[in-house]
Amino acid sequence: MKIAVPIEENGHETIVSISFGRASSFLIFDQETNTSQLLKNTAALSAGGAGIKAAQVIADSGAKILLTPQCGGNAAKVLLAARMRLYKTEPGKRAMDSIKQFLQGELEELTEIHEGFHGH
Amino acid sequence: MKARSVAILSGKGGTGKTFVSVNLASVSTPSTYIDCDAEEPNGHLFFKPQIRRVQEVTVPLPRVDLGLCDGCRKCVDFCAFHALAWANGELLVFEELCHGCGGCLMVCPKEALREIHRKIGEVREGTSGRVRVLSGFMDTGEASGVPIIKALLGMKSSKSDNNVFIDCPPGSSCMVSESIKDADYCVLVAEPTLFGAHNLKMVHELVQLYNKPCGAVLNKCLAEDDPSLDYCRAQGIPILAQIPFDEELGFLNSNGKIAVRESERYLMMFQELLQGIEMEVPDAAVGHP
Repeated sequence: MKIAVPIEENGHETIVSISFGRASSFLIFDQETNTSQLLKNTAALSAGGAGIKAAQVIADSGAKILLTPQCGGNAAKVLLAARMRLYKTEPGKRAMDSIKQFLQGELEELTEIHEGFHGH
Repeated sequence: MKARSVAILSGKGGTGKTFVSVNLASVSTPSTYIDCDAEEPNGHLFFKPQIRRVQEVTVPLPRVDLGLCDGCRKCVDFCAFHALAWANGELLVFEELCHGCGGCLMVCPKEALREIHRKIGEVREGTSGRVRVLSGFMDTGEASGVPIIKALLGMKSSKSDNNVFIDCPPGSSCMVSESIKDADYCVLVAEPTLFGAHNLKMVHELVQLYNKPCGAVLNKCLAEDDPSLDYCRAQGIPILAQIPFDEELGFLNSNGKIAVRESERYLMMFQELLQGIEMEVPDAAVGHP
């Protein structure tokens, strides 16, 4: 099973990004091989629809789990269509710590989907 | 006299765009008034036009036939607005992000996409006295009124020699750019405050970008310092009129009355303003109403 986390680089640390659609990259952790891979978020700077494009990247990576502090409505539509499950994590936390927490069953499902920050 | 197309705009709402546009159109009869503020059109509240025609405005939107689609995702990769996504054998269309460019249809090798038409609002055409009144109404929840403005401006030239007054949306967004694009002249309406001067600068920069000749109408003027007046002087923007902060006017406006139809004083003021604009519009710009 693959687990995705939106991330930012903070010095030498890889931390959870507060934004999903505009995170700079995604960490994809493969539980079976115990390896991780970095995917650049090409949508981060786009004028609109960043969440949708980011969700497409995550869906294409084969991840079935997304750990994120929040998620917008459009991104959620793509993620749910791709049968992904979303769990809530905290921004600023080290990404690998979040993954460990998830594997130990300490994270709750993300149920609140915000309306997105688009519309202008 | 040849017809002129005059856009009235301001950097914020409530400065008096509609007031100036409605009254200009009313002294320039026969004329055409176009309310491009499709998000909240209010010129019709003053004109109370007799409606003759209502026309729906639609935008194209792709629909997929999953029987023909093989999931190649060329359309998803093509869409610059990220209005399409592919997940689990399903093509998702995000209607509010689609700009209706039709590119997805062109790149689909299987001809699995076709266009449907989605209503986003309507335009209403009517008359009030000798003013032809065109108003755009955008449906609640829609993101962009640009197609409505295109529809409105497409209706303006009915081979007439009448002056056209375009009441723009507030600000300097795409909707405003669209509204002033074909105008011969821009009237910038501003309030006598620092905030007003800042918003005046915004629209002034926009009209400069489009190389439009412009002048300013300073509204709600008091016998105090006027930062908008200072800005106009510094930039060499001609002052077309200074309208006082006036109780009578406030009363007329809040009762939905057209000032020039009620008050001799305002009739004269707007006739003068109209003459001022007609003198300002360069001859070269005249002739494509």
